[in-house]
Amino acid sequence: MAAPNSLSGTGNPTGAGAGSGSREFSKALLDPDAAPPSGLVGPDGKAAPKRFNVYRNNVIVSLSEALGQSFPTILSLVGEDYFNALARTFVTHHPPETPVLMWYGDGFAAFLESFPPLAAYPYLADVARVEWAWLQAYHAADAAPLDPADLGAVAPEKIASVRFARHPAAAIVTSNWPVLDLVRANRFATDTVVNIDLDEPQSVLVTRPDMDVSVFLLRPGGEVFLSALFEGTTLEEAAASALEKTSEFSLADCLSDCLSSGAFAAIEGY
Amino acid sequence: MISKATPYRQSRVDAVIPARAGAGLKPEHISEILADRADVGFFEVHAENYMGAGGPPHRQLEAIRQDYPLSLHGVGLSIGGEQALDKAHLQRLAELNRRYEPGLFSEHLAWSTHETSYFNDLLPVPYDEAALDRVCDHIDAVQETVGRQMLLENPSTYISFEQSTMSELDFLKQITRRTGCGLLLDVNNVHVSCTNHQQSAADYLRDFPLEAVGEIHLGGHAPDIDDAGRPLLIDAHDREVDAAVWNLYERAVQNNGPLPTLIEWDNEVPAWPVLFSEVKAAEQILARAAEPGLRRAV
Repeated sequence: MAAPNSLSGTGNPTGAGAGSGSREFSKALLDPDAAPPSGLVGPDGKAAPKRFNVYRNNVIVSLSEALGQSFPTILSLVGEDYFNALARTFVTHHPPETPVLMWYGDGFAAFLESFPPLAAYPYLADVARVEWAWLQAYHAADAAPLDPADLGAVAPEKIASVRFARHPAAAIVTSNWPVLDLVRANRFATDTVVNIDLDEPQSVLVTRPDMDVSVFLLRPGGEVFLSALFEGTTLEEAAASALEKTSEFSLADCLSDCLSSGAFAAIEGY
Repeated sequence: MISKATPYRQSRVDAVIPARAGAGLKPEHISEILADRADVGFFEVHAENYMGAGGPPHRQLEAIRQDYPLSLHGVGLSIGGEQALDKAHLQRLAELNRRYEPGLFSEHLAWSTHETSYFNDLLPVPYDEAALDRVCDHIDAVQETVGRQMLLENPSTYISFEQSTMSELDFLKQITRRTGCGLLLDVNNVHVSCTNHQQSAADYLRDFPLEAVGEIHLGGHAPDIDDAGRPLLIDAHDREVDAAVWNLYERAVQNNGPLPTLIEWDNEVPAWPVLFSEVKAAEQILARAAEPGLRRAV
């Protein structure tokens, strides 16, 4: 006669215990202070909290590692021990809502921003926004960037009313912090020393014209200009918005940057 | 959106997976594999890593698919879950099957999602009639949506449910009978679970419905101890295949004949030559099993 709960043999035809269901199981997975669910036993038929903790540990550690892979600059900036504690808090409060982990971490930047112990490091949230944009660009649909010759072919009197289609990988992160330098210094093994001036605001365009994700520093007003274009305004309207923000805005330079970086997929109309 | 266009399709090798050894595909190994034209029977990928719209993952996987048969292994569908399957996720699996034409498609006897929360672990299922009905319904839905037979993998478990009314093997046998799905026999999981539940892995394997098996998994596990100091093995996929697992594997393929066999190494991923040597070790066992004179009487 096979033992109850056996893997092979005839099993335990009567069953026993009420059964905890996945609700209780799930709750206990994310709450380290919760008792393990009832009805779970070891080979002696007795409760076995250490065995349940294997699942708890797998969940927290694997999701924390996934977060670390998506946000390597944050990991590098706060250090591994702190990151693990931070990730544990995020994971237990904001578990993924999809089995596709490349889409997990959308809320991490906002979490960092509102996490009181990190109030003295206000740049972390924007760094996380750059890393999120990076991850989404990496997995975005492939598309050839707009050929600048297409814009050259537009009649001069129509240029002002041109609208562009955003490249599927392109995203803007507007920041008051030197996010590009922070990412360059911490995300990659680099031989060059990156000097970081925390007083230097850097807004960036993240995109992937081919297979490599790139982060481009936007010129003054560039974030306003490009955001407006991504929202579907005309070139003229976008330039006016940027000039309103800063007199340093240069339409020729910004447009040239946008074309060479692959911010657009196509001209949408004019 | 995943593009339906498959411009390289015509130059792909045949989809059918041979009864050889393959390796779990890791991005860091791909350039070396392609440069060496590594002599590997097939590669397997976790479906969820290829659910983005584009980018390097798809470019790399298409390059692999040109030269090798592919096995598609889902890790997040939550077939053992109490709630209905995630239809959007099921569609993504169907689309990947269309796009890459894998020779095998598999998922797990486990759950990983409750309500909206995804736990990224293969959580255990009680073996009772209600769970059996649910799992069979879910497998029916998968095979209908994806339009092909799937293989269901036996789990590694750390605890038992008092509510279970049948053995894991009876549960698996009923599933194959009712749904027509095949099985993915993870020999490491057999060793891990049987050790953890203090049962004989040899007995389990002897009773396993090998005729339903379409693929074998081998992987490494980490030793620990439970609350009472008994051995507790963790299905970590972080090291070489254990000697005990090689022995069980050899017995299974000697009895049954060669089957496509995958080496899984997902954590602490080694350099490609280390993983490749594990693949070669499995191929040697498969070669011995292919010699009829050496096959044991069943």
